[in-house]
This record gives sequence, structure tokens and C-alpha cells, in this order.
Amino acid sequence: MLLVRCPWCGDRDEAEFRYGGQADVDYPADPHQLDDAAWGEYLFVRANPAGSFDERWVHTAGCRRWFSLVRDTATNEMRPDIPRRREGR
Amino acid sequence: MVADGNTPAPPERLWRNPEPKRNYDVVIVGAGGHGLATAYYLARNHGLTDIAVVERGWLAGGNMARNTTIIRSNYLLDASAALYDHALRLWEELHEELDYEFHFSQRGVLNLAHTEQEVRDARRRAFANELNGVDAEWLTPDEISEVCPILNTSNLRYPVLGATYQRRAGIAKHDLVAWGLARKCDEMGVDFIQNREVTGFVTDGDRVTGVRTDSGDIGAGRVGLAAAGRTTLLTDTLGVRLPLQSHPLQAMATEILEPVHPCVVMSNHVHVYTSQAHKGELVLGAGVDTHNGYAQRGSVHVIENQLAAAVELFPVFARAHLLRTWAGTVDVTPDASPIIGPTPYENLFVNCGWGTGGFKATPGAGWVFAHTIATGEPHPLNEPYGMERFTSGALIDEHGAAAVAH
Ligand SMILES: Cc1cc2nc3c(=O)[nH]c(=O)nc-3n(C[C@H](O)[C@H](O)[C@H](O)COP(=O)(O)OP(=O)(O)OC[C@H]3O[C@@H](n4cnc5c(N)ncnc54)[C@H](O)[C@@H]3O)c2cc1C
Ligand SMILES: [Zn+2]
Repeated sequence: MLLVRCPWCGDRDEAEFRYGGQADVDYPADPHQLDDAAWGEYLFVRANPAGSFDERWVHTAGCRRWFSLVRDTATNEMRPDIPRRREGR
Repeated sequence: MVADGNTPAPPERLWRNPEPKRNYDVVIVGAGGHGLATAYYLARNHGLTDIAVVERGWLAGGNMARNTTIIRSNYLLDASAALYDHALRLWEELHEELDYEFHFSQRGVLNLAHTEQEVRDARRRAFANELNGVDAEWLTPDEISEVCPILNTSNLRYPVLGATYQRRAGIAKHDLVAWGLARKCDEMGVDFIQNREVTGFVTDGDRVTGVRTDSGDIGAGRVGLAAAGRTTLLTDTLGVRLPLQSHPLQAMATEILEPVHPCVVMSNHVHVYTSQAHKGELVLGAGVDTHNGYAQRGSVHVIENQLAAAVELFPVFARAHLLRTWAGTVDVTPDASPIIGPTPYENLFVNCGWGTGGFKATPGAGWVFAHTIATGEPHPLNEPYGMERFTSGALIDEHGAAAVAH
């Protein structure tokens, strides 16, 4: 089981969290400007690296807050300089 | 290895391990079930034999070695029923064709319904199956008990209200399938290049002219990707963005037991599926670990949840000893259906996104992918499965039939 560091509650078992996938996927600033390909890409395509990945988690069985962290998807190592909170969120 | 009367003795050498030539008509990336079946049907149906299958590990050591071997075709939508039932019909003749026994056992699959809504959905799926010529029956709890006496239908938190039953469904021995295909391909002249990772492509405008590997380039007239969970690592190098997320998917097996479990049982609601392998292990699995991951390992709480569900459904399992758990890396699409078709590169083709359920499609995927590579056009069966559906919105949403049910 992964040990996930919640920025507010500290290290907790993965089972307390839900996963949110790639971080920083913003809603398009002007959706009307998007053609079908760009809209499809926004809806369906996410990065899928084998390595460093910025991702979202929510501490459902704890403080219930969302946060981002960086995990290596090949080794599950989570970087020590994280977790972080995104500015302005 | 001890022969148990059921499984054949371990194989003699079944294929050569040649040094790659400098060029091939077709290079297939990935010697899993799909890569092997594609090479097989390229040779059998299209007369192409100048083929290399390049594999970063050992032949069929990826998801092909790790799946729980459930084969069925009772999917909801027309496009899926057509694709999966075509595969099932190929399974029914493949072992004779390969002259290689892989113990395809059509012991039937029960897909359980535990809520009123699930009953409605499951019956709808069974009706849809019948309309599509896929065998399907709706069973009451009493009828379920006749098919699978060890299944607890009433004394549990979510009683079993009924089940769909596909009699033609079953299991097979995955390693033997791979070896049978590889032996036949080798006989027809296909080269298997093991322990060689494809790292990218050699391109010329909107064509690929070869693959780059960790020890030199191999030229190719056409390239087919059958790389499962590692597909986007390759397509990303070309800027072709595919809607795939790679997840760990786990499964587990107990010690070898006397035959107690006659069929395959799947429950989306309590989230587990079970069967008993030919040798006697109980084989269990469920859904993916929710995070992305390439580590071929998952988390123990996922195993724990499946075991709790399994023991409730099958009280007789409570004293079985779990011997092994393992994981593969599966490539999941947003609509739980595969992507099979051309790419923006005119001679590069993809077969991916089979996620948690591609073993059952092995011969069918090979058939349509071989057609796509050989002719440059999709076969009618995979026409709806191109990547353009994520732009057009014509998704093939099979979450209901595919979530836990592989
Ligand atoms: C635990 C588990 C249980 C499952 N249960 C079922 C089930 O009951 N029924 C069912 O229908 N399906 C099931 N599946 C899904 C099924 O296993 C897959 O959908 C199917 O195996 C995918 O096709 P494949 O056999 O070609 O994949 P794989 O065997 O994964 O083949 C892909 C191959 O490509 C190779 N490769 C990748 N990248 C490169 C590269 N860059 N260069 C060279 N080689 C590369 C890999 O090493 C691998 O050998 C299960 C999967 C898992 C993990
Ligand atoms: Zn918290």
C-alpha cells in the first residue's frame, strides 16, 4: 500500500484517499474557441508517463481536501519536496 | 514440472531466437497475445511472413502471462458483441488450427446481479446479446445454485437476485495459447526478437520507416503496436496523443484444491470474480488500482477487498490459502473499449486500450489488426474502434459490461 502525504494530515495509508489523475488540467479559458479535436483532447486525453507525474489526490477518509503531489509512476517514489499546494487555488 | 494428467509436458524449444534482419515488411512491437495473434493472421490470412515481433522482455511475459484467462462475448453494444463474439468463434477452432492444445474450457460465466437496477441492466444486456446472436440466458437464484452450488445467493449483505449466463464462455491456459501461436508463427518464418526494447521510430515525413531499439534500428515497411500498457510511451515520441491511462491490475491464486468451482462467476457489485484453474488453484481478481502505474505491482487493500467479497459469495473459500498475488500494467480508455486502427502516420497502426479485458479477444484482435496492417484499412469489425471516436464523440461505452468483468 502506498503511503501518501496529505499536506494537512501527514502520512496516511493510500486506502484513506481517492485518486484524481493528472493535476493542473484547466477548464478551457474559452471553450467556444475549441474545435472538436481540441475539445476531445481536453475531455479524454491525459499524460501517461512512466516516470514523474503531477497528480491529484483527495483525502476522503480524513480532511477531505484535494491536493497535488509528484509521484514516479514506475517506482511509486514520491518526491520529498512535495506535496505542494498550487498557488491561487 | 510434474504432469498432472491435465496439462501437457513442458514444451521443447518452440521457436528460434534469431538475430534481427535489417529490414522487415512488418514489425510488430510487443510479443503478448495480441502481437502473436497479429503475426499469425498476417501470415495465415494475408500471406505476409517477412515479420519481426520485437519484445522488450520475454515472449508473452506481460499481461499475457498475468491475466485470469476469462473468455466471454456477452458485451452490451452491437460493435462490441460483434468484435468479441468473432473472437470467441475463433477460440472455438484455434487449438485445432494450431495443432496445440491450450485447454479452452467452455464452462460458462455467471455475471451476478445484486440490486434491482443491476437486474434491469443485466436483463437488458442478455436481450441485446440474443438479438446479436450471442448466447445469453437469465437465471434465477435457484437456477444459479444448480449451475454453481457453492455460490451463496441469499445469506449475504447484497443477495444475488439473478445472473446472466453465457454457456460458451470459459477459460483457457494463457501460456499455452502464446506458445501455440509462437510455434506456428515461427514455422511460417516469423522472427521473434526478445529482450529488445523499441524506444522510438525512424520517420520520413508522415511515414515511419523503422523502429529504434535499445540496440540499433530495424527497418520496417509497416509497424503495428501491440504494446498494451506501454503504448503511449511509444506514441508520445511521435506526438500522437492517445487517450490511455496505464494502471496496475492485480490478480491472485490459492493453493491447488480439489475441483469445487465449476464455472466462472463475476460480480460487479461486490467487486470480485472467481474461477478454478485447470490445475486446481482458485483464481480471483477485480478492478484496477485507481492510480496510474507501471510498476507491475498494486496495493494490498485492493486484494483485501476482493477477498472479503469472495469469501462472502463463496463461504467455502474461507479456509483456502492464498499463495500468490501479482499485477500487470493495463491500458485503459475512457469508454472501456479498445483502440484498433490507423494513426496519422500512414504505415503505423495501433492495437491498444484493451485494458482489463483483452485476453478474451486475442485471436479476434489479431485477426482485425492483421487486416488493418495488411490492407491499410480497418476490418469492418474494428471500423468503429479508431482513435477518431474521441473526436467525433462516437464512443463505445462498455463500462457496464467491462468494469470488474474482464
Ligand atoms: C491481472 C490481470 C487479469 C486479467 N484478466 C483478464 C481476463 O480474465 N480476461 C481477459 O480477457 N483479459 C484479462 N486481462 C487483460 C489482458 O491480459 C490484456 O488485455 C491483454 O493481455 C493485452 O494484450 P497482450 O496480450 O498483447 O498484452 P501483453 O502481454 O501485455 O503484451 C504487450 C507486450 O508488449 C511488450 N512491449 C511493450 N512496450 C514495448 C516496447 N517499447 N518494445 C518492445 N516490447 C514492448 C511488453 O513487454 C509485452 O510483452 C487481465 C490483465 C491482468 C493484468
Ligand atoms: Zn488530510
